[in-house]
Amino acid sequence: MVTKNEIKQAFIVALWFMVLTFPIMVIKINTIKNIVIFRWSYFFWVGVVTFFASLVWNYFLRVKEEKKKAETSDDIPAVHRLLQNVRFRIPFLITITIFFAAYPFVFPMYHTSIMISALVYVMLGLGLNIVVGLAGLLDLGYVAFYAVGAYAYALLNLHFGVGFWLALPISALLGFLFGTLLGYPVLRLRGDYLAIVTLGFGEIIRIILENWNDFSNGPRGISNIPAPGSFGIELGQHGTVIYIYFIVIALVLLTVFFVNRLENSRIGRAWIALRDDEIACQAMGIDKVKTKLTAFALGATWASIGGVVFAAKTSYINPMSFTIWESITILCVVVIGGMGSAIGVIAGALVLILLPEYLRAVAEYRMLVFGALQVIVMVFKPEGLIQSVRKTYKFKKVEE
Amino acid sequence: MEPILNVKNLTMMFGGLKALDNVNITIQKGQIAALIGPNGAGKTTFFNCITGIYEPTEGFVAITPPGKSTQTLKGLKPNHVTERGLARTFQNIRLFEGMTVLENVMIGRHCRMNSGIVGALLRPGSQRNEEKKAVHDSYEILEKIGLEQYVNEKAMNLPYGAQRRLEIARALATDPFLLLLDEPAAGMNPHETKELDDLIIWLRDNEDLSIFLIEHDMKLVMSLSDWIHVVDYGKKIAEGTPEDVKSNPEVIKAYLGDESEDA
Repeated sequence: MVTKNEIKQAFIVALWFMVLTFPIMVIKINTIKNIVIFRWSYFFWVGVVTFFASLVWNYFLRVKEEKKKAETSDDIPAVHRLLQNVRFRIPFLITITIFFAAYPFVFPMYHTSIMISALVYVMLGLGLNIVVGLAGLLDLGYVAFYAVGAYAYALLNLHFGVGFWLALPISALLGFLFGTLLGYPVLRLRGDYLAIVTLGFGEIIRIILENWNDFSNGPRGISNIPAPGSFGIELGQHGTVIYIYFIVIALVLLTVFFVNRLENSRIGRAWIALRDDEIACQAMGIDKVKTKLTAFALGATWASIGGVVFAAKTSYINPMSFTIWESITILCVVVIGGMGSAIGVIAGALVLILLPEYLRAVAEYRMLVFGALQVIVMVFKPEGLIQSVRKTYKFKKVEE
Repeated sequence: MEPILNVKNLTMMFGGLKALDNVNITIQKGQIAALIGPNGAGKTTFFNCITGIYEPTEGFVAITPPGKSTQTLKGLKPNHVTERGLARTFQNIRLFEGMTVLENVMIGRHCRMNSGIVGALLRPGSQRNEEKKAVHDSYEILEKIGLEQYVNEKAMNLPYGAQRRLEIARALATDPFLLLLDEPAAGMNPHETKELDDLIIWLRDNEDLSIFLIEHDMKLVMSLSDWIHVVDYGKKIAEGTPEDVKSNPEVIKAYLGDESEDA
């Protein structure tokens, strides 16, 4: 039930919002006729809506608190529980497979194109998840590696005519190298300091690309980047999109496969140990330097591969595609999806990238809805949409 | 016989503060030694100095692992110290909270494993075997310590006493010859302390370990230790068997204050 206190609070919140939004919601200045219009009905509606929103908000907060108190030991997300169940798992996987396989043939090209972007973000998210989610290193310059991949393909193609398939491994290697390069100077840094330095690194790369005309063509960018080579088969425009779609699907599957292996390997465990407690991690014999560098390097590798795909898909890149905003979006994908959780990151990328696209219907408010959604997730599900779950091991009674 | 741990003239300065002042300590193989002293005497600093978390200002730390030659630990990073066979636990529990109990112990195995990135990505047979062995060894250690019922539990969900024991299990997994325990009984109830007492003796007798512990629980220290070192204000003031230390006037003064001052 709603308590008196909550009603009081809701009332105060409503009043506060009415005052706060007064200048933008109520006052309207008509500059042509030089008159000021007061829209008093808006004043009223802001109050009413905020009042009820506050009640709902408090209600959900209370539900969350009570759930925490009840301390249900089984905090494994529903998705994982369902996936562990064989009867559900196989039909689920088949449905997913059919959905993604049929997607480009059922939906128009525009939707396929959006899905490709979303899938690229899945890759980026999974890569950043290594750095932020597993190793706990807050990297705000992740987009730099994305740019490295995209520009590597564009420039190699421009100067040497290197094709997509060759550019892919070269860029991956370059990404690895750049990741290590960034890793070295920031080895001693943690938390906020690390975030600031990586932020700077991201900007450095972008500014270099923007200003070094001879090298990167500056703000004009590079155009006519060819789509992936299709081994002599003529595909046409629509065909090419579908082709790229399936390449991305394959790359995403590969990423999931590898990330999953990394997570439950010696290195993956070292990353998590580093995240949870740096001193204890070293005291248990883990080489901090190596562990951090591999995290940066492997994270960067996937960003680079993502960059190549991006360049091939859009056929035109310029530095504006690699702003700090991209880094933030990818970070949101990881944090909202669920730090350290691969399924979570996939879900996060699909929601965060597809949602704004489909919110174009309410175009003016789409970023508002988007932002509100992020706040809601962080308040009510701070561990992300799908929480990470560690691998469990089964033991038979060991022989006596 | 060479002592397995030989610390000479260890001095640690924090700015103008002398946290450790010319401390000499040796530990013999198979010993259970204790380091005691009032709060702030520099006990944990001493541990941090030998395990490489701090770099001592002056002094000399050498180890002689059983069957190997003497080597110095000066300037080594914590992970290299651990690789050479010194494992420690922490006063304020430092477990990897997001990992399961088994994984915590497997982290201890880390420095005895080799697989790298390529191994993790491609999982060749050697890596799979190594992984299987690590899981198996870790489980065995958990059984020894009596934590096997928690194997897949998250470390942070364990009861307090079990968390303390898990720290010991994790340290054991690094294959040490000398185990450094920093206040292992802190916050434990008498029953848990008794279990710990038994565990430490069992470890010494069955695992071929030497143990060096910091502890405030005097009953535990006196019943357990073969040899006790006492520090106060960063200086070593006494050492000897529990009986010697108990009756040493310097030690009594450090713990209870000077009689003449109180009068």
